[in-house]
Amino acid sequence: MTTTPSQTVGPFFAIELPYAEGPYVVPDGADGAIWLRGRVLDGAGDPIPDALVESWQAGPDGRFDGEFRGFGRSGTDAEGAWAILTLKPGAVAAPDGGEQAPHVDLTIFARGLLHQLVTRLYFEDEHDANAADPVLSGLPDDDARATLIAAREDGGYRLDIHLQGPDETVFFAV
Amino acid sequence: MSVTSGTLIGYRPDPEGTHPPLDYPDYRSTELRAPSRPFVPIRQSLTELTSPVFGDGRVRAADADLTRQHADEPQGERIIVYGQVLEDDGRPVPDTLVEVWQANAAGRYRHAGDQHPAPLDPNFSGGGRCVTDREGRFRFITIKPGAYPWGNHHNAWRPAHIHFSVFGRAFVQRLVTQMYFPADPLFFQDPIYNSVPEGARERMICRFDLEQTIPEWALAFQFDIVLRGREATPMENAQ
Repeated sequence: MTTTPSQTVGPFFAIELPYAEGPYVVPDGADGAIWLRGRVLDGAGDPIPDALVESWQAGPDGRFDGEFRGFGRSGTDAEGAWAILTLKPGAVAAPDGGEQAPHVDLTIFARGLLHQLVTRLYFEDEHDANAADPVLSGLPDDDARATLIAAREDGGYRLDIHLQGPDETVFFAV
Repeated sequence: MSVTSGTLIGYRPDPEGTHPPLDYPDYRSTELRAPSRPFVPIRQSLTELTSPVFGDGRVRAADADLTRQHADEPQGERIIVYGQVLEDDGRPVPDTLVEVWQANAAGRYRHAGDQHPAPLDPNFSGGGRCVTDREGRFRFITIKPGAYPWGNHHNAWRPAHIHFSVFGRAFVQRLVTQMYFPADPLFFQDPIYNSVPEGARERMICRFDLEQTIPEWALAFQFDIVLRGREATPMENAQ
């Protein structure tokens, strides 16, 4: 058997995929909750109003086997904005036995994307951990790394995702 | 997904020619959305080898029947769409979320962005979901979606299709695809279908199944979904 091919989510996925609790990895008011926010932008710098962002991450203990849901899903609005309420993940074990900096895996779907895109969100205030992170260290330069590092803001962190263009986000083959 | 012990199994890349390229000019919406730089390969870690667990709360048994979401039944040809979620060695993927969405029998989506002048059906929303059973099986009851026009090129029409979203056991198995119907005359002019390399497209076409057809009630179609397969050998302990 061979893998079923990918297709675009198209323009009408909002019939099914976004749901009321999707953006709430933790309930509003949960202790330590942070908003991860940003926009999804196209190659002309215009907002993409019909994208879907999914997040997957460890809990604050850096593990995936607890009660923490770990999964978030947010559509984008007319300004291309997405938002997910979650907890900041802990450091996660790396494949070679070291540690990875706290990170959130992001998957982006949209009309015009024939396959999902995968990127990561890192945290601006984890400077030392980011400097030692094997994925960030594997990128060619600081400009590439900067596309993955969310800025601290009131109530959480912010990261725009550029699908194309001079500020194009680093996307991963996983 | 529970990861408590040391052995992690990685997932192989799909063979060349499995998926469509992101930059596919015949599908015009790719022009400003397909990234221009190559993807950066990274080693799969716990984040990529685990996946959310669903099943409690959001998914009810009734959610798999798209013909029973309103006071009356929708217009159209009632069908059963069933299949298995599998890995490429045939191993079933149990307890995974399968979500579907589709147009109504007239080829109209219940979505503000769909301006095709075909009627909405007050008895059809077009969304459904279920969690696969122990053998990776799912089964939906719905109506056959209609073809519809779109603005991609002159006289462009989408072949009838149902959108599928599947999670799998690991983040790297996540798949969104479209299921098509056998012998659709619109395939030849559809850039989304044809974006998938020749030889792989056919895997998106369901199979008519007389055996599972319920006499005097509904035609049945089988659609098995195959997710990325595992490496033959475990990775080093990652905990």
